[in-house]
Amino acid sequence: MPISEILFWFLSAVAVLCAMLVVAVKNPIHSALFLILTFFAIAGHYFLLNAHFLAAVHIIVYAGAIMVLFLYIIMMVNLHDESGAKKRNFFKFVSAVSAGLLLLVLTVAGKQADLSATVNRATEIGTVESLGHSLFNEFLLPFEISALLFLSAMVGAVLLSKKVNQV
Amino acid sequence: MPINYYLILSAILFCIGAFGVMFLRNAIRKFMCIELMLNAVNLLMVAFSTVWGQAQGQVFVFFIMAVAAAEVAVGLAILMMIFRNLQSTDTSILSRLKW
Repeated sequence: MPISEILFWFLSAVAVLCAMLVVAVKNPIHSALFLILTFFAIAGHYFLLNAHFLAAVHIIVYAGAIMVLFLYIIMMVNLHDESGAKKRNFFKFVSAVSAGLLLLVLTVAGKQADLSATVNRATEIGTVESLGHSLFNEFLLPFEISALLFLSAMVGAVLLSKKVNQV
Repeated sequence: MPINYYLILSAILFCIGAFGVMFLRNAIRKFMCIELMLNAVNLLMVAFSTVWGQAQGQVFVFFIMAVAAAEVAVGLAILMMIFRNLQSTDTSILSRLKW
């Protein structure tokens, strides 16, 4: 078994296990930390797929920015939940059944698709050069529009988190 | 590595995220599960882009990450506002918009 295959199975196991723990763990901070581990496993998958630029961006954006924001908010809000845990069993059952059915549909659809193509790990499309080429030629307009999106998101976040005394 | 493995892996991750969104009550943890679902889709897009040798899939993933960052910033600001008004982020309390 080549090393990339072993790494694939290892990273998949870590990703799925940590994703389950994100949902299962009681403490929200632990849940956030397991989510960071999941993101690292997914970044490892990106490395395996030769998408180096995306792997770096994924770690920077998700583990560096988004999860820090999450942890900060969790600590600020200081949650102590899980009160009134009764009546949740039925809800858990319903959620598990619907998620399981979704998984069944997706896997069966994937099986039907007959995708015999295998991942070619020697491609060069994941490099900064080729992605930058694509980003600044074909996708220049969406790139600029996403700058506008960030501006509006920033204004919206500041506006929303401002204290409103008269409502 | 056949593409089917990536298909099944990201289906599993997506379904775990969907289960969390349906089951969990805490709005912040629901948000985390939404991030998990976005990541499952991203992983599949990168895998397909590598298989077909097209860079567009990876550019899309880049844009999805940008949108996710903006979404988290605004969503957490809304959550902070809700917490300031109600002292809770439990979604079972937030049932005013039900009907």
